Amino acid sequence: MASQNLQSVPAELSPEEQEREAAGQAYFDRIISEDSRIEPRDWMPAAYRKTLLRQISQHAHSEIIGMQPEANWITRAPSLKRKSILMAKVQDEAGHGLYLYSAAETLGQSRDQMMEDLIAGKARYSSIFNYPTISWADMGAIGWLVDGAAICNQVPLCRASYGPYGRAMVRICKEESFHQRQGFEILLELSNGTPAQKQMAQDAVNRWYAPSLMMFGPPDDDSPNSEQSMAWNIKRFSNDELRSRFVGMMVEQVRVLGLTLPDKDIRFNEETKKWEHGPLDWNEFKEVLAGRGPCNSQRVERRREAHENGAWVREAAVAYARKQAQKENAA
Amino acid sequence: MAPHGNPEAPASAASEINREAPKVAATNAESTTTARASGPDATSRGAQEETPWSLWEVFVRSSRGLSHVHAGSLHAPDAAMALRNARDLYTRRNEGVSIWVVPAEAISSSDPDSKGSFFESPQGKDYRHATYYTKSEGVKHL
Repeated sequence: MASQNLQSVPAELSPEEQEREAAGQAYFDRIISEDSRIEPRDWMPAAYRKTLLRQISQHAHSEIIGMQPEANWITRAPSLKRKSILMAKVQDEAGHGLYLYSAAETLGQSRDQMMEDLIAGKARYSSIFNYPTISWADMGAIGWLVDGAAICNQVPLCRASYGPYGRAMVRICKEESFHQRQGFEILLELSNGTPAQKQMAQDAVNRWYAPSLMMFGPPDDDSPNSEQSMAWNIKRFSNDELRSRFVGMMVEQVRVLGLTLPDKDIRFNEETKKWEHGPLDWNEFKEVLAGRGPCNSQRVERRREAHENGAWVREAAVAYARKQAQKENAA
Repeated sequence: MAPHGNPEAPASAASEINREAPKVAATNAESTTTARASGPDATSRGAQEETPWSLWEVFVRSSRGLSHVHAGSLHAPDAAMALRNARDLYTRRNEGVSIWVVPAEAISSSDPDSKGSFFESPQGKDYRHATYYTKSEGVKHL
């Protein structure tokens, strides 16, 4: 779909406008071919803008919704240290969401509209956050596997062709590495604890492994937008390529943890020099994405509650700002 | 809460009451035009004067002796809150010793369409760079 929109110039444009469109397209194509960056006020194809808006807003929503599975354990963290760490991490997710909303806004979408779409259940976000966090070990598995997969995905996005997106990703990636390490530590400590604790860690890894692999998106032959996104230098590597890399890293790290990955088919293919994994349940992925995951309605409902419960704070801040401004004017 | 039960049951009572509260989002939707973009990147600046939670651009000085550098943007009802939000959003890890916040609509920027003509004057003026002068190569301290 995107590639068709890319070249078409609507017929109702005047010759002058058509000329401007063509010049804009030529300029855009040159920037992309030079692997340079597109900035907000540059001319860009409508489909490029639309693709970015979809991707960046979904990414922002994922960060915001992603606060919930972990915030769930803040009151139950096993120590003050763990509680402080978890709060810092959840605060980071909020920050990441805000960086990304800012980037999306530069494409002409208002933040309020994005928030409305999210709480109306119209917007998508990463399917991973629709799974429940049923034990403390899930905090470890989310940090290690989910944030690990996110980092794998996000590091190449630092070089995305859209300037504001790339800049947001640089900031995010810098902060994300602590997330993965703290998760790894949680699992390592549980793994070296009592047999019950070790079992809890293994159980969490078992449950989060497949969903985290699915975070990279559908297989390449079933990923309709990938090709165009790669042509536009938004995506740098295919879903399967990144997934394979991630599996390779996890194979090494799970040994240090003294745990196992719930996948008997993992192997290194000597011919392709790539890591391969067992089959994933893509029907489950589609179901969760379509809103039929274990926690979808709860996540959106929570988000709406938080937004509505915060309304008086936003209103009070505006009232206070107005009052202060009036005082200043009177003085 | 059972250790292995799902502790994620939504709280109910308080939220039911607040459901009645007016949605700020609805009023804010008026305030942010879809055409507006952020600060130096803005496509149509100054479209809205009295925006309740308007856009601010944040500049952070990372350490003494360095200039403030653009870090990003945020929404706030006034300068005081913009500064607080900027502190929470952009300096969670000691990234700064000083912050500026500027209303996005107060920033004027050059027109991206006139890049060529606006910036062409330095072109062909290589003699403004030290590298233009090659005859002194090998001469010390020059």
